[in-house]
Amino acid sequence: MSVTYIDAIREAQETLLREDPRVFLYGQDISNFGGAFKATKGLSDAFPNRVFDSPISEDAMIGLAVGAAIEGMRPIVEMQFADFSSIAFNQIVNQAATHFYRTGMPIPITVRLPSGGTPGSGPFHSQSMEGIYAQYPGLVVVTPATVSDAYHMLIDSVKLDDPVIYCEHKFLYRWLKSKAINGEHLPIGRARIARPGKHASVVTYSAMVHEAVRAADRLQADGWEIEVVDLRSVKPLDLDTVLASVARTGRLLAIGEAFPWGGVTAEVVAKVTEEGFHLLDAPPQRLNARDTPVPYHPKLWAAHRPTPESICDALRKLLSF
Amino acid sequence: MLRARILENKLSSLYKAGKIVGGVYLGRGQEAVSATLGASLIQGKDCFAPLIRDQAGRTAFGEPMIDCTRTYLGSVEGPMKGRDGNIHRGRPEMGMPAMISHLGAQVPLIAGMLFAKRLKGCLDGCVGATTVGDGATSTGAFHEGMNTAAVENLPMVVVVANNQFAYSTPNHRQFACADLVERAKGYGFGGHSVDGTDLLACAEVIGGAVRKAREGEGPQMVVAHLLRLSGHGEHDDGSYVPDSAKGGHYGRDCIEVAMRQLAEGGYATVDELMSWQEEAAEEVQKAVAQAQQEPVPDPYRENWTALSTRFPIPAP
Ligand SMILES: Cc1ncc(C[n+]2csc(CCOP(=O)(O)OP(=O)(O)O)c2C)c(N)n1
Repeated sequence: MSVTYIDAIREAQETLLREDPRVFLYGQDISNFGGAFKATKGLSDAFPNRVFDSPISEDAMIGLAVGAAIEGMRPIVEMQFADFSSIAFNQIVNQAATHFYRTGMPIPITVRLPSGGTPGSGPFHSQSMEGIYAQYPGLVVVTPATVSDAYHMLIDSVKLDDPVIYCEHKFLYRWLKSKAINGEHLPIGRARIARPGKHASVVTYSAMVHEAVRAADRLQADGWEIEVVDLRSVKPLDLDTVLASVARTGRLLAIGEAFPWGGVTAEVVAKVTEEGFHLLDAPPQRLNARDTPVPYHPKLWAAHRPTPESICDALRKLLSF
Repeated sequence: MLRARILENKLSSLYKAGKIVGGVYLGRGQEAVSATLGASLIQGKDCFAPLIRDQAGRTAFGEPMIDCTRTYLGSVEGPMKGRDGNIHRGRPEMGMPAMISHLGAQVPLIAGMLFAKRLKGCLDGCVGATTVGDGATSTGAFHEGMNTAAVENLPMVVVVANNQFAYSTPNHRQFACADLVERAKGYGFGGHSVDGTDLLACAEVIGGAVRKAREGEGPQMVVAHLLRLSGHGEHDDGSYVPDSAKGGHYGRDCIEVAMRQLAEGGYATVDELMSWQEEAAEEVQKAVAQAQQEPVPDPYRENWTALSTRFPIPAP
């Protein structure tokens, strides 16, 4: 028996529904149909009147969740694709994110964003929006990269009083498997060393953790030991763990699947430069998707996002300084 | 109505004297609509998301006057502690969410509060109300929220104050249907129209819509026809409003109409009306004086972070 990343998301929601009567699920096609990706499969049978189909109204979906949170509930809203959360942008960044600051009342909503690219998905079903939401004060933005994190971080997100943007990667849904969900886990706000090393630090998150580990495996043949840091949550960003890694290696490559202008990788490079300039033996580098909409054809798509090959190239350049 | 008008007149003069931290947005001419809605709701049971011109509704729903003056003057004692201002205030724990600027956004929010009450099993007999302007009816949030409330068959009352202008934009540049009330049918809302300058008509129609929602007849939309008697804010003289509109039926002041109706109908004597006015003026003076002597936020002493959680969380 093995557990996939999406199984973990489903299990977490089941646990939450079972343990906390304030939790309900709201989203398009999530009830009997079980969601576009089946992340809520069977949950409406197990929890009648706790799992609701919503109209195609992303703005109203988050507005409704904020209203329900004011009334003491802890809604989990599923966006069918992260891309469509742009319709709900206002409710997320203005209504939910500012509420605690303005009124002292926290808004414990969790918004699940099926994020990132898969082959053949094209410009509107592939976006990585963590950097956009992380820009806004008042939001927590998490990006689980492992099966266990997918489970525990969803549970922890719903338990947090603040609004959480939970970015789950669609590519990992069925591709990533684990024997079981670990009991032990780090809290939100703590990064993890996904692979120890000593010559360079790759700081990344979500699906790119796996691409980075593959690149590191390849470079090992040449004698390079690459450390991979999995941020887990991009906001808050665990700068201590990142700086400790850079202190060990002296070199930094920040990788993200999002577009290259600004964003999480820019933030990592800026923060390390600001606070750890003395630790660096080479200019910090970053690697992102290309600055075009996400392509449809798998060949273009594979060349659009960072891959083990492009990561190896970037690391060789970094190591040659 | 009277308390709101007198309070707003005071806010206007404070604004002109440079004593207000930000802008001032008044509901002159809309008090009959707003007050009848606020008065039809039950504080502690119902929820009410007031909008830009709802001082009268806020007051009628039970918002203490001091909440208003404190917020406009940036007092740290106010519900928004100087972090947000003017009309963007509320006490969500008391059923009055704090509005955000983005028009239409409170419609789904009220739907969510009602939805949650139903989940908690305490919806029975509750009503959720919000108001919007004619301009806000063009937003996506309004359409999405109306549709969602109708799909869920929530006891929601949406009052559209059609004051004929959205900032400077007249109705004919805002929507192309003959009357906004036609939309109610499309959403699956009960639809009602009322002369927003006529207190007794407002009491009947808006009060009736609230009653219908309370009694389980589903969501209700009321379109009130009137004219904004001030500029958009106190920085705006409203010179784009043509004289023909100002001199027309809806250009009349709902407070004058109400005074006449109350006196003629035997609801209140002229003396009583005068003494209500004096009481209100006194109350306004007190609230302003109180807020003016209170401290404003101190950026160096206050913890004004945006999250309620302290990060990083220690490992379990
Ligand atoms: C989504 C959005 N767009 C623009 C604005 C700027 N704005 C504030 S009030 C206003 C006019 C509103 O008109 P209406 O809804 O008719 O209400 P009224 O001011 O007439 O009461 C505008 C354009 C806003 N607050 N929200």
